[in-house]
Amino acid sequence: MDRFVFLTFDGLSKGAVLAAFALALVLIWRAARIVNFAQGAMAVAAAYAGYSVTTATGSYWLGFGAALVGGLLIGMVVERAVMRFVDHSSPLSEVIVALGLVLVMQAVLGMVYGNEFLPAGTPFSRNALSVGEVPLLSRYDLFVFGAVLLVLLGLALLFTRTSVGLRMRASAFAPEVSRLLGVNVGGMLTLGWALASAVGALAAMLVIPTELGLHPHAMDLVFVSAFTAAVVGGLDSPPGAVVGGLTVGLILSYVSGYLGSDVTPMAVLVLLLAVLLVRPGGLFSSTVARQA
Amino acid sequence: MSEQTVSPAAAAPAPRRAGLLPGLFGRSTLLRHLILAVLAGVLLFLLTQQLDPFRNFQLATVAAYLCATAGLTLLVGMNGQLSLGHGALMAVGAYTVALAQNALAERGITGNQVLPLSLALGVLVTMVAGAVIGLAAARLRGPYLAGVTLAVAVAVPAATVTFDETFNSEQGLSVAVEPPPLSLGLYFPNERWQAWVALTGALLTMLLLANLVRSRVGRNLRAVRDDEVAARLAGIHVGRTQVLAFVVSAASAGLGGGLMALLAQSVSPGAFSLTLSLFLLMAVVIGGLGSLSGAVWGALLLVALPDLTHDSAQWVSLSPAVAQRLEGNLPLAVFGLTLIVVMIAAPGGVQGLLRRIGARVRRRAPAR
Repeated sequence: MDRFVFLTFDGLSKGAVLAAFALALVLIWRAARIVNFAQGAMAVAAAYAGYSVTTATGSYWLGFGAALVGGLLIGMVVERAVMRFVDHSSPLSEVIVALGLVLVMQAVLGMVYGNEFLPAGTPFSRNALSVGEVPLLSRYDLFVFGAVLLVLLGLALLFTRTSVGLRMRASAFAPEVSRLLGVNVGGMLTLGWALASAVGALAAMLVIPTELGLHPHAMDLVFVSAFTAAVVGGLDSPPGAVVGGLTVGLILSYVSGYLGSDVTPMAVLVLLLAVLLVRPGGLFSSTVARQA
Repeated sequence: MSEQTVSPAAAAPAPRRAGLLPGLFGRSTLLRHLILAVLAGVLLFLLTQQLDPFRNFQLATVAAYLCATAGLTLLVGMNGQLSLGHGALMAVGAYTVALAQNALAERGITGNQVLPLSLALGVLVTMVAGAVIGLAAARLRGPYLAGVTLAVAVAVPAATVTFDETFNSEQGLSVAVEPPPLSLGLYFPNERWQAWVALTGALLTMLLLANLVRSRVGRNLRAVRDDEVAARLAGIHVGRTQVLAFVVSAASAGLGGGLMALLAQSVSPGAFSLTLSLFLLMAVVIGGLGSLSGAVWGALLLVALPDLTHDSAQWVSLSPAVAQRLEGNLPLAVFGLTLIVVMIAAPGGVQGLLRRIGARVRRRAPAR
């Protein structure tokens, strides 16, 4: 029973990170109708930037901030310099270009930092605090929950309560009309990418210390899991991404706890297939019109 | 002036798809492809006699990659289904061939029938795997399909760790391969034999796929790619066509993987990582998705580019530490960058460029 409780909390903490990462995917999907397959590599690049700042200054928080700012900048550059020029008529080209970005970024990171695991520090202890006799959560887990919750609230406020959020939604929903009404649609797209990339960077900063460490491929499996989470939630709905992230996190935690951690990739595949075959639109989708 | 009145007749559009020698090749597609395959086979046979062992091995590697890239071109280029999991399908073929070879060697079965048997088994098992993924893929579109195949690419190498009694985890398996048949002579270079085996497989794959693409099935594949609704209205079973494309493509990838296992004489999950899947996709995109010839360029590129970057890195004298970091990563960066540039600037790839140049030359030719 102790083990079950421990795995549940561990899964929720993993799930919170997956939720944030899935949210980053959903943000770009809603803004540009692109599934950003380069999200993992972009987040790792931002995390490396944070690592550099942390080693130079010795302060975790400066590195943390640098990673977030780095994420914003990377998202901006990727949208302005690459994605803007991709032919949008076929979804294939966007995916392929994103994969090209993955190759380039991972290679450049490997060249600059080397292809070995670098240790990533945490600001709080990862030893679990016990309630009664049962070990429940570590301080780091609480930090993860707090950070993700803050981002969720911030994004919700941004999109529903501010004029920038309204303009972003409008330019995603009806680009031409928005342009006529004086919205800078291109700028909103860039902002969407920058925001999503920063959220992805946050997720990378939170998840990398709990895994093996910093590595150019550190986010590969996280990306696949987060994609699954986003699909579970329906790719189009931010609350869906959060629920999907927590669900996937819990399932993966149980699978790796009871069956062994090397089963996790297969569990992700099975889960993804199951969701796509049973409810391709995700659990929170509305009915769509038939094509033919 | 008189020239101008004559030239329209001279420049009358040649019969479509006349090829180089329309009289010799005739109208039969099968005959034309057979003649081309035999010609290519003879040329390659002569080439293997001239090359040194290392180049022969590289040629064999190109041939093995060609099986996989040709299959992927059929799937992505002709049918519009994106697969990021072909490296994993190659792994399925490779592990099957490895297990089959070892099992046959253990039972003391030797001879000429062993190689075709285990390769056929590899193709068969990969076809089954492809059918399973294809059934799911036929219901999925665009990014969803890419996500599922990405998960396949990540999951299959991990499966070798889970079932480590069979697959021996990260170390992988060594493959028992017989030396070249004695009838070829006692000191026949092994690399030339490997090149022959791999080239036979590649030529066979190209022949079959080229005929398939020109057949009714091929037209159905393209119809589904261009407009699913229209294809359905024309009486094409869209789902069945997509599954078929996936199965054929998987079979080719399985053969490629099996040949890889024979060439390297070992299989390990590290050789079939996500990066391999991305490499294959990149190769077919840069080669040109429009035609099977693009797959040839792609396969050549997969072998040549790491070689080129390796050589060019040695030209510049670097400290060992820097050189070691550049070693594996520089080709990756070059690949990725080329992929982005090709995708944005020249979506037809190498083959598309060649075709455009060829068309321009032909247009100028009558004017002379």
